[in-house]
Amino acid sequence: MSSSGAGAAAVSNGPGGVARRAPTHDAERAAERAARARKLTARTLALGYLTLLLLAPVAMIFYRTFEHGLAPVWDSITAPNAQHAFWLTIEVVAIAVPLNTAFGIGMALLLERGRFRGKGLLGLLVDLPFAISPVVVGLSLVLVYGKTGWFGDWLTEQGFQIIFSVPGIVLATAVVSLPFVARETIPVLRELGTDSEQAAETLGASPWQTFWRVTLPGIRWGVVYGVVLTTARALGEFGAVSIVSGRIEGQTQTLPLYVQDRFENFDSTGAYTAAVVLALLAMGTLLAMNLLTRRTRRRIGA
Amino acid sequence: MAAGSRAGGAAGRLRLPAHAGSALGVGMLGIYLSVLVLLPVAALVAKSSTGGTDAFWRAITNPEAVAAIKLTLIATGIVVLINAVFGTLIAWVLVRDDFRGKQVVNSVIDLPFALPTIVAGVVLLALYGKGSPIGVNVAFTRLSVGLALLFVTLPFVVRSVQPVLLELDIAMEEAAASLGARSWTVLRRIVLPTLAPAIISGIALSFARAVGEFGSLVLITGNLPFKTEAGSVYIFGQVENDNLPGAAAVSVILLAAAIVVLGALSFASRRMSRHVQ
Repeated sequence: MSSSGAGAAAVSNGPGGVARRAPTHDAERAAERAARARKLTARTLALGYLTLLLLAPVAMIFYRTFEHGLAPVWDSITAPNAQHAFWLTIEVVAIAVPLNTAFGIGMALLLERGRFRGKGLLGLLVDLPFAISPVVVGLSLVLVYGKTGWFGDWLTEQGFQIIFSVPGIVLATAVVSLPFVARETIPVLRELGTDSEQAAETLGASPWQTFWRVTLPGIRWGVVYGVVLTTARALGEFGAVSIVSGRIEGQTQTLPLYVQDRFENFDSTGAYTAAVVLALLAMGTLLAMNLLTRRTRRRIGA
Repeated sequence: MAAGSRAGGAAGRLRLPAHAGSALGVGMLGIYLSVLVLLPVAALVAKSSTGGTDAFWRAITNPEAVAAIKLTLIATGIVVLINAVFGTLIAWVLVRDDFRGKQVVNSVIDLPFALPTIVAGVVLLALYGKGSPIGVNVAFTRLSVGLALLFVTLPFVVRSVQPVLLELDIAMEEAAASLGARSWTVLRRIVLPTLAPAIISGIALSFARAVGEFGSLVLITGNLPFKTEAGSVYIFGQVENDNLPGAAAVSVILLAAAIVVLGALSFASRRMSRHVQ
């Protein structure tokens, strides 16, 4: 690491003094010292802020979780409700993420390539979930699919229960994580252009073949990045799920809801353990994001 | 599919299957978006006005609702300003400075995006809650609202300023400096105007996020009416109490606030970037 420090110093010396006349030398040195002091102040402020707001609190929950040893942590992980909450969360993610991926790619294609009336409205609808509070998302779903909602009677007649059961949780999760795939795919699609697609079409490829063999390989990193963001959001969704699930222990309680439940029942080890499991999943996502950005950057650089 | 390969020969008919496919696609996406977004939002607006304007007005002027909306808007305003300053500072340090572990710091910035909101609340409580190891307990105070909002919105300004700063040619600043401009002048006249559109779009994203934030608030703020109860928490309480029209009315207000601010900031950012060019 000392090499990078020396590099920085060399750079800041570079355009400066060596060839200058002697009288300005002192003034220049003073200016350089002042610049270095400013840089150090900025660094201290930025890192101090990050430490207080982010790093120290995150480190603290790991300490709090393991402060009484591993046995209570193991008990918390193997508790039946914790297990159920974990697998329910995985189940919801496994349904909502593929749905949003398929439709996200479709929406990106339509918004970037399509020419039709109402395209502006479609774009607005895709982005809307980012502007709505998760609580409001949950409430609006209840107003449509709940017992007193628009489709409540019809759904009951058909024997479907959406709200206060798993389909409602999937629905809420899909809404809040809706925009990611489309938003990440559109810029990649724009950059890709239509040349190779047109070439494939001219050579007799069907639209379907063109999509699978030309378009999808071209946009795959954008899609994957969107999928990672969708997964992160889906794993942790709290507000919308809190309203539509009814928070029934061992039935409709996802892992984030379980954290709240444990916390409010003064089971801090249970809450910290579940929170750490979610945090580790989040950090895994973060790692994936970083590897992907590095990969795309290398491709753009090449 | 069959139609597609048969049409393959005649160039003129190539368009047809693509069109048919896209019509089907538009239809399916339309249904998906209607089920997930359009119908629910329509139901929300309809519900908020079931009792007419009087009921709507009563719902949003209810003292507890007013206090909650006010707290949300004021806390969001302060948080967004702090974000603008520290977010730009962090982006500057990440782009222009060099130190051991910079890459780690850079990737950690996204952690609040990846961390579930309820975990964000637990994380903050672990250090700044009851039994805090550093003796700072902000739980159940208004400060905790700001703290939680700062945590979840941390990446927005950093991540929108960073790429612009990377593109910014350092030669211009050096030229200004060599012409005798003081560092503050360089910052104010050259760096900040260029960064302004990015800072504003970061602010807009932070604002939209903070106005609707719920998960990180529920544990740390204690949800005390008239004191630490934010707008989204108030809506949640109304839903729990089966007052759906009241909840819908306040939801519409918060949604409108988010849309108005997003629109205004996007307008400002576009104007500014035109100005700079």
